[in-house]
Amino acid sequence: MNLQDGVKARFIPDRLNSRLSGHLKSWETLLLAVAVVVFVINSLSSPYFLDAWNLSDASFNFTEKGLIALAMALVIISGEIDLSVAAIIALASTAMGYALQFGVGTAELVAIGLIVGVLCGTFNGVLVTVMGLPSIVATIGTMSLFRGLSFVVLGDKAFNGYPTSFAFFGQGYVYWVITFELVLFAGMAVLFGILLNKTNFGRAIYAIGNNPTAALFSGIRVARVKMILFMLTGLMSGLAAVCLTSRLGSTRPSIATGWELEIVTMVVLGGVSILGGSGTIVGVVIAALIVGMVTFGFGLLNVPGIVMSIFIGLLLISVIALPIVYRRVRKG
Amino acid sequence: MTARPVLTLSAITKSFPGVKALSEVSLSLYPGQVTALVGENGAGKSTLVKVLTGIYQPDGGEILIDGTPVTFATATAASGHGITAIHQETVLFDELSVAENIFIGHAPLTRRGLIDWKKLNSKAHDLLARVGADIDATAPLKELGIANKHLVAIARALSVDAQVVVMDEPTAALSHKEIQELYALVDRLKAEGKAILFISHKFDEIFRLADRFTVFRDGQMVGEGKIADTNSDALVQLMVGREVSQIFPDRTPVVGEPVLTVSGYDHPTEFADIGFTLNKGEILGFYGLVGAGRSEVMQALFGVTKPSKGAMRVDGQIAVIRTPAQAIQHGIVYVPEDRGKQGAVAGLPIFQNVTLPSLSRTSRKGFIKLAEEFALAREYTSRLDLRAASLDQDVANLSGGNQQKVVIAKWLATQPKVIILDEPTKGIDIGSKAAVHSFMAELAAQGLSIIMVSSEIPEIIGMSDRVIVMREGRLVDELAHKDLTAEALVRAAAGIGEVAS
Repeated sequence: MNLQDGVKARFIPDRLNSRLSGHLKSWETLLLAVAVVVFVINSLSSPYFLDAWNLSDASFNFTEKGLIALAMALVIISGEIDLSVAAIIALASTAMGYALQFGVGTAELVAIGLIVGVLCGTFNGVLVTVMGLPSIVATIGTMSLFRGLSFVVLGDKAFNGYPTSFAFFGQGYVYWVITFELVLFAGMAVLFGILLNKTNFGRAIYAIGNNPTAALFSGIRVARVKMILFMLTGLMSGLAAVCLTSRLGSTRPSIATGWELEIVTMVVLGGVSILGGSGTIVGVVIAALIVGMVTFGFGLLNVPGIVMSIFIGLLLISVIALPIVYRRVRKG
Repeated sequence: MTARPVLTLSAITKSFPGVKALSEVSLSLYPGQVTALVGENGAGKSTLVKVLTGIYQPDGGEILIDGTPVTFATATAASGHGITAIHQETVLFDELSVAENIFIGHAPLTRRGLIDWKKLNSKAHDLLARVGADIDATAPLKELGIANKHLVAIARALSVDAQVVVMDEPTAALSHKEIQELYALVDRLKAEGKAILFISHKFDEIFRLADRFTVFRDGQMVGEGKIADTNSDALVQLMVGREVSQIFPDRTPVVGEPVLTVSGYDHPTEFADIGFTLNKGEILGFYGLVGAGRSEVMQALFGVTKPSKGAMRVDGQIAVIRTPAQAIQHGIVYVPEDRGKQGAVAGLPIFQNVTLPSLSRTSRKGFIKLAEEFALAREYTSRLDLRAASLDQDVANLSGGNQQKVVIAKWLATQPKVIILDEPTKGIDIGSKAAVHSFMAELAAQGLSIIMVSSEIPEIIGMSDRVIVMREGRLVDELAHKDLTAEALVRAAAGIGEVAS
């Protein structure tokens, strides 16, 4: 590093590099290149890939997980993690299916899904901020708890018979091949991007992730910020539950099994440091695209599910290792 | 009995970035004698211990054992040469047994290379008996009280066959009875012909135990001799007496109305019965030895640690402060001693560090106004004469002094009424020190009230209008500027007036 202090000049410029050159060297640019490569490989290996309707279908591989990944990114940047997200989907979906038996309408179903999501998130938040449990342990616990509850309610049965109007969230199209879920994901990505980059709340998240003690000493309400983040993750899990339940048209307790790992993979692949403190929403969105396209490409090539799961495992390990190697190379 | 020294340090020098911790110090230790090493906080005593035990490598000078020059590349090398140390804070392993703790790293082995548990436990038992500790060697360490843990640490130090024993404030954590036992142990070690280096702030034990003394000041050896030829007054003189090497800003304080009134602050373990008043435009110094409870009191005022009782008034109004956010709202801010952990947020750029507590002012409805952020950061960093490549630079890449300027700038940007500076110039270079001092004077002149916690006597005397001395969690003395002398401060902080003379 040549940024020695004791430099003679009194005037300190705001920035040394233009923001553009900063972007060009970033992890996000690298990801974008990977996304292009995956896209090209997919189009070459299957004649069915480059088809508007197929691509539209492919988007379901990442939209629901991506919604949660947006919130998960904030949680991980703040130095915490939430592994209960997939279980929250199961519980929220079960609650909606249960309410269905009493003949509630679409609006109520959506409200129930979101409220159960927020309640689960609040429970996680209380465990972490009030009781002081490490979030990785607390949310492994609630992961079993939430899914266990939906097994208790459902057993080996399933809830069916969602109203027709409810189907729009997971099966509806806004325009031509553009699905409602894709529009929802895009809109949420913009909102989360603004929240993280342009607000005091977002700045507090970065400060907490880099140094929680100094953040507290700077008057940031650390516990409150973390509480809100867990509630927000619960809310997004509830929203994903609404979309997924609507798309599948039924609820089983095994719904969304294993999603938490794919979501964490998206977030970490997106350049969010697993140790907290850094990362961007743009990176997470591109990573969600990559994971979605890869799984879709595998599907087109009839790769069995177990191979897919091996791939996700390898991807998770390599994306945690890669940024560390990448930073070392950039520093050296 | 002028035997040849076992160990001689000659012209040892050790520098850290911006600080010369040891400057050509010399020290000799004799068999069967206790040498007391005395000096203020920061005089270089602990650095010397680390050089002696192989934790630090000296930049210059020689270490001689029985007249032969040696170097200690590692802590193991030092113990191999017969030097062992009992540190101020010892790291022990709670989940292991007492015997395992004593022999960690050099457990006796069987011929097959496995741990010889029988030998381990019996040797541990003997060692414990030798230090006069009635402890079961096979008990898990976590079941022991603090004092017994300390005795285990001492037994561990003696498990190495050592000629030289270094004791760095060994009685700090012990009760009266245990201290007496430790004295008996020191006497036994002396009788065995060990050379002992004994570091302490407590004059009574120095005069009780030591045969010789060495005084350090600002990393230099300023005096040595036989204890029989000196007295506490002379030692204090040596510890503090210095030519004026630092120039402090000349100021005529204009002290106004009380801004902050604290009364009856109690904490179950850290401090008791804290009450004082801080006036507008005043610099109030807090002096005391390390561990006297000064930082804990300040953190309670700032809402980090919670006092069990007590009341605070700001500008005459009752203020309830339970979080730092509330303290900032009341205009009280705290620049912590531990800059890396509590002050600067490494990983964030300078400008974001500066605006962190002031974000409500550089934003509209929660949305950040980047231009205003940069403007605020520029205003305060330039007032402190920060040196950096750009405001977008990560604070982690700044020197200690410049990081401290960022932290102070961060707090001034909140436009506080009271600023608490905890060891504001600790570990920073002379140039930055002077900048911080002159800035403090400027702020006080503008009507800001300042509390300065410092262990550096020249800084306390040079900057404070009034000084409160703390010892063992209590306020023990208050000195007006005209009564400030180094001797008076040291006496009050160490409680000398009550024990000796």
